[in-house]
Amino acid sequence: MSTGNMNLTLKVWRQKDNKAKGSLVDYKLSEISPDMSFLEMFDVLNEQLINKGDEPVVFDHDCREGICGACSMFINGRPHGPKDLVTTCQLHMRSFKDGDTIVVEPWRAAAFPVIKDLTVDRTAFDRIIAAGGFISVNTGNAQDANALPIPKLQADAAFEAAACIGCGACVATCKNASAMLFTSAKISQLALLPQGQPERYRRAQSMVAQMDAEGFGNCTNTGACEAECPKGISLENIARMNRDFYAAKFVSEEEV
Amino acid sequence: MIFVFKLSHLLNTFAGIELKYKNLMASFGNAFSSSIGKKLIMGITGLFLILFLIVHCFINSLIFLNDGGLIFNLGAHFMATNWLIRGSEVILMLGLIVHAVQGLRLTFQNQAARPVKYAVNNGNANSKWYSRSMGLLGTLLLIFLIVHLSNFWVVSRFTGIPTEDVNGLENLYAVMQQTFQNIWIVVLYELAMVSLLYHLLHGFASAFQTLGWNHRKYSPLIKGIGVWYSIIISLLFAAMPVAFYTGLIK
Amino acid sequence: MADFNANIPEGELTVKWTKLRSSMPLVNPANKRSIEIVVVGSGLAGASAAATLAEMGYKVKCFCFQDSPRRAHSIAAQGGINAAKNYQNDGDSVYRLFYDTIKGGDYRAREANVHRLAEVSTSIIDQCVAQGVPLAREYGGLLDNRSFGGTQVQRTFYAAGQTGQQLLLGAYSALERQIGMGKVEMFTRHEMLEVVVIEGKARGIIARNLITGELERHFGHAVLLGSGGYGNVFYLSTNAMGSNVTAAWKAHKKGAFFGNPCFTQIHPTCIPVSGDHQSKLTLMSESLRNDGRIWVPKKKDDNRKASDIPEDERDYYLERRYPAFGNLVPRDVASRAAKERCDAGYGVGNSKLAVYLDFAANTERYGRIEATKHNIHNPDKATCVRLGLEVIKEKYGNLFDMYAQITGENPYETPMRIYPAVHYTMGGLWVDYNLMTTIPGLYALGEANFSDHGANRLGASALMQGLADGYFVIPYTIGAYLSKELATKPIPLDHPAFVEAEASVRGILEKFINIKGTKSVDFFHKKLGLIMWEKCGMARNAQGLTEAIAEIQQLRKDFWSDVRVPGNINEFNPELEKAGRVADFIELGELMCIDALNRNESCGGHFREEYQTEEGEALRDDENYAYVAAWEFKEGVKFELHKEELKFENIKIAQRSYK
Repeated sequence: MSTGNMNLTLKVWRQKDNKAKGSLVDYKLSEISPDMSFLEMFDVLNEQLINKGDEPVVFDHDCREGICGACSMFINGRPHGPKDLVTTCQLHMRSFKDGDTIVVEPWRAAAFPVIKDLTVDRTAFDRIIAAGGFISVNTGNAQDANALPIPKLQADAAFEAAACIGCGACVATCKNASAMLFTSAKISQLALLPQGQPERYRRAQSMVAQMDAEGFGNCTNTGACEAECPKGISLENIARMNRDFYAAKFVSEEEV
Repeated sequence: MIFVFKLSHLLNTFAGIELKYKNLMASFGNAFSSSIGKKLIMGITGLFLILFLIVHCFINSLIFLNDGGLIFNLGAHFMATNWLIRGSEVILMLGLIVHAVQGLRLTFQNQAARPVKYAVNNGNANSKWYSRSMGLLGTLLLIFLIVHLSNFWVVSRFTGIPTEDVNGLENLYAVMQQTFQNIWIVVLYELAMVSLLYHLLHGFASAFQTLGWNHRKYSPLIKGIGVWYSIIISLLFAAMPVAFYTGLIK
Repeated sequence: MADFNANIPEGELTVKWTKLRSSMPLVNPANKRSIEIVVVGSGLAGASAAATLAEMGYKVKCFCFQDSPRRAHSIAAQGGINAAKNYQNDGDSVYRLFYDTIKGGDYRAREANVHRLAEVSTSIIDQCVAQGVPLAREYGGLLDNRSFGGTQVQRTFYAAGQTGQQLLLGAYSALERQIGMGKVEMFTRHEMLEVVVIEGKARGIIARNLITGELERHFGHAVLLGSGGYGNVFYLSTNAMGSNVTAAWKAHKKGAFFGNPCFTQIHPTCIPVSGDHQSKLTLMSESLRNDGRIWVPKKKDDNRKASDIPEDERDYYLERRYPAFGNLVPRDVASRAAKERCDAGYGVGNSKLAVYLDFAANTERYGRIEATKHNIHNPDKATCVRLGLEVIKEKYGNLFDMYAQITGENPYETPMRIYPAVHYTMGGLWVDYNLMTTIPGLYALGEANFSDHGANRLGASALMQGLADGYFVIPYTIGAYLSKELATKPIPLDHPAFVEAEASVRGILEKFINIKGTKSVDFFHKKLGLIMWEKCGMARNAQGLTEAIAEIQQLRKDFWSDVRVPGNINEFNPELEKAGRVADFIELGELMCIDALNRNESCGGHFREEYQTEEGEALRDDENYAYVAAWEFKEGVKFELHKEELKFENIKIAQRSYK
């Protein structure tokens, strides 16, 4: 039950470090089981490379259950591969056919520089959150949790926005490498909740400013981000962010 | 002295307003230069152009009355002489220029946001080709517009329309008829209307999204209207050169 | 010998914490600014501690090996977080949460710590809601609760099947806020490889920048480890690929005692192994046991499809054995019962190492309720199932999708196949009441310490403990130590202790590269995992453990002579990182077996086959083993046992019964 019978050709982006010039390198794999996850298939490849004395392919991954957001492969022209609502680690080889050629590239964006092979630097996302993706409440200052009823519809919508795993698939697939889906998901989550109101407009301004400073592109509403998001984050969030941004700039008296 | 004082006072007030205007703009900060601000400009100018197209298309469609262009010329005359229309024409031209310039800038900036391209990119899996090609479609439309404006607008506003119709009005209808006898012009117009169709198919709904008007209840309707709007406008415009060329209307 | 005193405050159980908190020495704001704290790990415990300490004014440096603090493995916790809020008015109280936790832990946890945990549990929920964590709500706008194993009240707060994610993102946003304000310096893609101890006190760490390979020295007046558990010693577990024991183990080797290493939690509801290629196991949340019934066929080696097995030929063995708690018995009990059935030949699926988790009955029941809501009278079965599936989808949709994705089977149509898997480690660095290890100034928080769960952790308590430690315990208790450290100036990084620590780390890394053996790191890791799972897993016995110790010692020799680590140390080299972690796992694995062999009783997750009741339940020996086994590391990978007696002054110690 362990080995399977799939034969595959992989074309994998190899790049020594940030400064080196990379290229696609071909690898042949055999006896791949359809029950393997895509990353387990890479484990097999790496084991082969190590045994041959070559350097294994470096890729980000951690939880392998679709929630940490570390895995980030651009597979056959799509982030996280051919299936919707699935991260690379949850993609299984049964989604491919025997004899397939699979091209695997890193996320590509000026704001996500390649570190090595398929690994990119996504700390820009952290800096966007640090710019305002929080509610300023120090530990110990909270009132009773049920003192603040929140309509279920709103709480659910906030949760849906908060489900973002920060993987960067939205940036990777956007033809403009725009980070608006990511940024708007956090702005939306907090804008939908009463706790987020005091800093609502300040947040919209500072997070958008940081997003722009990181060198992401501009959104042109193609909708690719929503279609490729493994957590199904909706474009509604971007519209909400736009509204909050206009309100912040043209209505609010606070300048950030 | 009193007069001088008043003048300087007036000037001061004016300078004050100017300063206040500058302060206001400064308080907007990066509102217009930010990524969302740039979208906003595209969206507003886009919607303005969409509105204009309705008027333009309505008046031009008067040619289909097949009355030798009498009513059409009447409409064209009104448009050419009403001061309110002439005034908004300036805004229209400005809007068009801003839309085009900003659009081109965005296209280049966005390309720079991904310096290394993908070897394989399956965009069709997640978005429409025309949504991803607004820059290209817009550029085609811009080229078309140069031809189009020199064909009609320059003639009607500056160089003058050579003939008059039976009512004694400028016979723009005749100019159209004349222009669309050239097969190459007709082909250019037809291609441009295909570009327009796709440009609008994305642009209409996109403008609403940019303005933040995304609502579970209304958005499907807006999208539906957008599709019908794009098809009707483009079809009507596309029918005009063909109708003239084939002699369906005389 | 190091300080080995639990430092439990005097007084009544219920006032210990309050009194201690109000009598704790404080550090004034001006002094806080000059005190530096190193926090290793950015999960629930690490992130919440780093954020809170920075809010208080300390200078904090936080380290994580992931590319962002948001990816710490706390993110993967699914089911929920407990709190004694009694919002459901079902008789819950701080005492009940305390009692359930002690009992669930099979009387091997410290009363005082657990009571404190129960006390602060309510503040955690308040804090998280204030941060904007979108916990599940009812239509009235108030928070919703669900039930979890080992309790008879509904005290578990949740956010769909992503509670850990939402709580972690809350702590992460608090942390990022402090980073943005310049009060926390964040070091991502950095791995702690040594604790620097100067004059008996923890004074900093050596960390490796994983991208450049550079070794860095970082000073701290105190060092906090929130580095998580060590379930990956089994190779296959529900832990993330990167989860490791290295930070804790380095501290252990520097003098911190390791408490109850053999206490491992095997989670009953995981997706079964599908083949040798398997790299990790995926949990199906315990919350599923709310609505799923667990069964196997009554007939041995029954190869029929689940749907073809009629109701009276199914053995709902948990309901049969434990009528009071049924499918909601604690994890250790549920896991062992599954193993018992499979070992006896009643397992299902290709591997026969699985049992069914079946939602059919509750789907229909929910459907009937829905039908009533929709004013459909006397609905037929198909209608009930259709309506019920919608409810199930609403409640567990993401888990069902995940199951379908991994197994290729549709759980809405056929019952899930599940099997126990390693999930959590109750053991960890020994800490006193203040969360300080036996090295002064070195603290351990969350899963990295041993303190609150005894021999078995109840569901939804890990999140509670991680956040309790980080938000509400360490910020107070650390003051007691730091208030005495005000005179300590930052120690220059060229201090001999730093130089020496860095040299020793470099030596180990170079050794890995220079072995140039023939087997990959994973080869050894898998081998270790197999030994541990077979001989130190769900059931253990003296013979197996003795064999395991010998096998692991041999494996250690083989590893250090035959491992192949490609690349070099001055570059981004994940194989080198793995080598370091596996080297530590091998040493830890041996200690776990030694500990399991030493503990001649069965308790919680530690089941020694020699010690069981006639009905096959765990048989404790409170006379001789009511202690925490705290192990001291000795030269040459030897371990010395120290015992911390557990005193139960408020709970009558009894045979655990869920019948």
